[in-house]
Amino acid sequence: MTSVTDPPKGSFRLSMLINDKRYRSYTFQFIALIAVIAFMAYLGINLVRNLAAQGLNISFGFLGDPAGYDINQRPVEYDSQSPHLRAAIVGILNTLIVAFLACVTATVLGVIAGVLRLSNNWVVSKLMAIYVEMFRNVPVLIWIIIIFSIMSVSMPAPRAFRGDNATSSMLFDAFAFTNRGVYAPAPVIDGASGWIVIAVFILSVVGIFSYRKYATKRLYATGQLLPTFWPSVGLFFVPTLLFYFILGRPVTLDYPSLQGFNFQGGLQLRGSLIALWFALAIYTGAFIAENVRAGIQAISKGQTEAAASLGLRPGRIMNLVILPQALRVIIPPLISQYLNITKNSSLAIAVGYMDVTATLGGITLNQTGRAIEAILLLMLFYLTISLLISAVMNLYNNSVKLQER
Amino acid sequence: MSDNNSVAFVRTETLPELPPPASEAGAIKWMRENLFSSIPNGILTLVSLYVIYLVVTFVAPWLVNGIWNTNSLAECREILDGATGACFSVISERWNQLLFGFSYPSEFYWRPGLAFLLLFVAAAPVMFFDLPRKLLIFTGLYPFLAYWLIWGGTIFTPLFALLGLVVGYFVYARYVKDSFAMGFFGGVIAAFIAWYIGGFIVGAIAPENPLLEAVQSRNMGGFMLNMILGVVCVSLSLPLGIVLALGRQSDMPIIKWICVVFIEFIRGVPLITLLFVANVVLAFFLPPGTTFDLILRVIIMITMFSAAYIAEVIRGGLAALPKGQYEAADSLGLDYPQAMRLIILPQALKISIPGIVNVAVGLFKDTTLVSVISMFDLVGMIRGPILSSTDWNGVYWELFMAASVLFFVVCYGISQYSQWLERRLATDHR
Repeated sequence: MTSVTDPPKGSFRLSMLINDKRYRSYTFQFIALIAVIAFMAYLGINLVRNLAAQGLNISFGFLGDPAGYDINQRPVEYDSQSPHLRAAIVGILNTLIVAFLACVTATVLGVIAGVLRLSNNWVVSKLMAIYVEMFRNVPVLIWIIIIFSIMSVSMPAPRAFRGDNATSSMLFDAFAFTNRGVYAPAPVIDGASGWIVIAVFILSVVGIFSYRKYATKRLYATGQLLPTFWPSVGLFFVPTLLFYFILGRPVTLDYPSLQGFNFQGGLQLRGSLIALWFALAIYTGAFIAENVRAGIQAISKGQTEAAASLGLRPGRIMNLVILPQALRVIIPPLISQYLNITKNSSLAIAVGYMDVTATLGGITLNQTGRAIEAILLLMLFYLTISLLISAVMNLYNNSVKLQER
Repeated sequence: MSDNNSVAFVRTETLPELPPPASEAGAIKWMRENLFSSIPNGILTLVSLYVIYLVVTFVAPWLVNGIWNTNSLAECREILDGATGACFSVISERWNQLLFGFSYPSEFYWRPGLAFLLLFVAAAPVMFFDLPRKLLIFTGLYPFLAYWLIWGGTIFTPLFALLGLVVGYFVYARYVKDSFAMGFFGGVIAAFIAWYIGGFIVGAIAPENPLLEAVQSRNMGGFMLNMILGVVCVSLSLPLGIVLALGRQSDMPIIKWICVVFIEFIRGVPLITLLFVANVVLAFFLPPGTTFDLILRVIIMITMFSAAYIAEVIRGGLAALPKGQYEAADSLGLDYPQAMRLIILPQALKISIPGIVNVAVGLFKDTTLVSVISMFDLVGMIRGPILSSTDWNGVYWELFMAASVLFFVVCYGISQYSQWLERRLATDHR
């Protein structure tokens, strides 16, 4: 058989580059490569000629020049004399802050809405369907602007909190909702003992997780079930509160208070941050709700029935049989939703939140005129973030992949 | 066995049927099962009803007291006199700006309106397979017709563009039997030659006063701009996305590598940065002295953006096909273009429809982002000219509601269609 299909050797002709399947792919790839290189070269030559015509050059030296503009939300030290690079870093941190807040909130909202949409309670499931459809089908930019308008138009001015017959009052004497943002109590950590309390809290959270892991391991090894709920609650509160009182309440809250025409102290969450945070969270929450619903529905009913016939109780069925399988379906789209939140946070520029698009791609670009460099750096930042998140997703996918043949 | 009458205790006539117990029928049963099946469920129901009550009592007076016929917000406030009520007059007064932007000549509103209506006729044979196939001819002509209607100018421009395509198609049809590559590239080259020559002819014979007066691109705005960007970019990105997906699945390493880099780069950056590129950077990469429309630059960038996403969706469809399909095509002796065209792509595209529709809906919503680079689409119109005018400064909710309703209708409609199509195309028997 093989002798028939063996190609005749040593008879390479030029026409085989087009007609012979074995060589044709080289021809195509060569042409494609040449075309791409030619296209790049064309763009490059145009760029050089345009830059020369306008007396410009490509240089990143502008990053060291003083920025000369203020940023209203500064997670790190920054003033208008700081270099552009520092402005960009402040922007990056602001992006990450709003993305993190929105991811957490969106996950909570999405999981609740997704589960409730499957509820057999007619009113609740219809309500959740309305939520999902309403938010999924309207652009996120409109939601951001709507919430920003609520924050800046409908909220009372700080002046309304003043005087004996104030028209507005603070919630629990701790939160003030004003058109300049929301003022909330800020934690103040008092020296070393304050940090000890924080460390104890973190340690007890780690403790909860290790205890739960140990309980699962013991269950699989011996079949004995350890109680997990109350020990977890205890671990969460007892050690931290104990240290808190022993060390003399080293962590206090700094309440905002009205002084003059504005609130002082506390934590100010600006309207732009709130608008971006909640709009992204509610919008993406609707998508996550659909992912969660699809994930739970993807598990066939036989799984539930099989678990029930083994004698598991409904709670256990959910925890031990359905959820682990559903998570495998839910998590990959969930992570790509996180990626979407990060990318959509660039819409901050529409409400004046100073994220990296607004600092590096906005004011810095306009002040220095370094459009190519600024946008290149901006793209690199987002590209790095998304490649990192994709890498995490691939790791996860490999770890939960079904072990088939 | 024997006479029934002899057994005295057996009833001879059937009793009338009793109605089911009140708790097991009608509304009560439904409520028990669906609303109050357990205590937490009951609480949930009550909470939801309370939320609905709050929303309705908050929104209903606002909607019902809405005023439709004043000339400014101040007049609205005068009429309302402190009562809750919407000032919808902004919509009845500025509807033309919301839909068409503020500088599209108002005597020509019928043109984009007609183009919009014809869009349904053109899309119908693509969306519903039962319609006569002849209608597809109109679909093919539609882009040129719509361009002519919306932009106006001499009819020869779209006519020669169409002619170039026809020439290209005939060259393709002539040579495709020998080799797909030869037909394809021959067709492309022929089309370009036809366009090049056509450009001269149009320049020479264009009438002074064309039938439809030309409208500049910068005069496009409002929801019309969103529709133009959405429809054009989705239809252009579909073929590009298919090519990219095939390239990414190809076993030629260089071609695969090019496609992977392109797709991952585009998917990794937000659309806003690409729009910035269109706005400020793209000019650096064009030959000195060339200027072209911001609209065209934006269309190029958005098309690239959505093509990368569509490519990933289609790649999923290609990967989901069983390997046997590829092998079957090979064993029939089909070459690569034939196998793709006749066997692989029809099935892969069918699987990808929900994903493609998702991308299309997302893209249509993302067209609002052009307001950030100061184009006056629907959102740009609201935030710019309308809210900053002295008459309507402060009418936020009515305008945003109008914008949301417009987008909701279109996006929800598309997603309902996609679900219908999915059911329609399902060939498995589950």
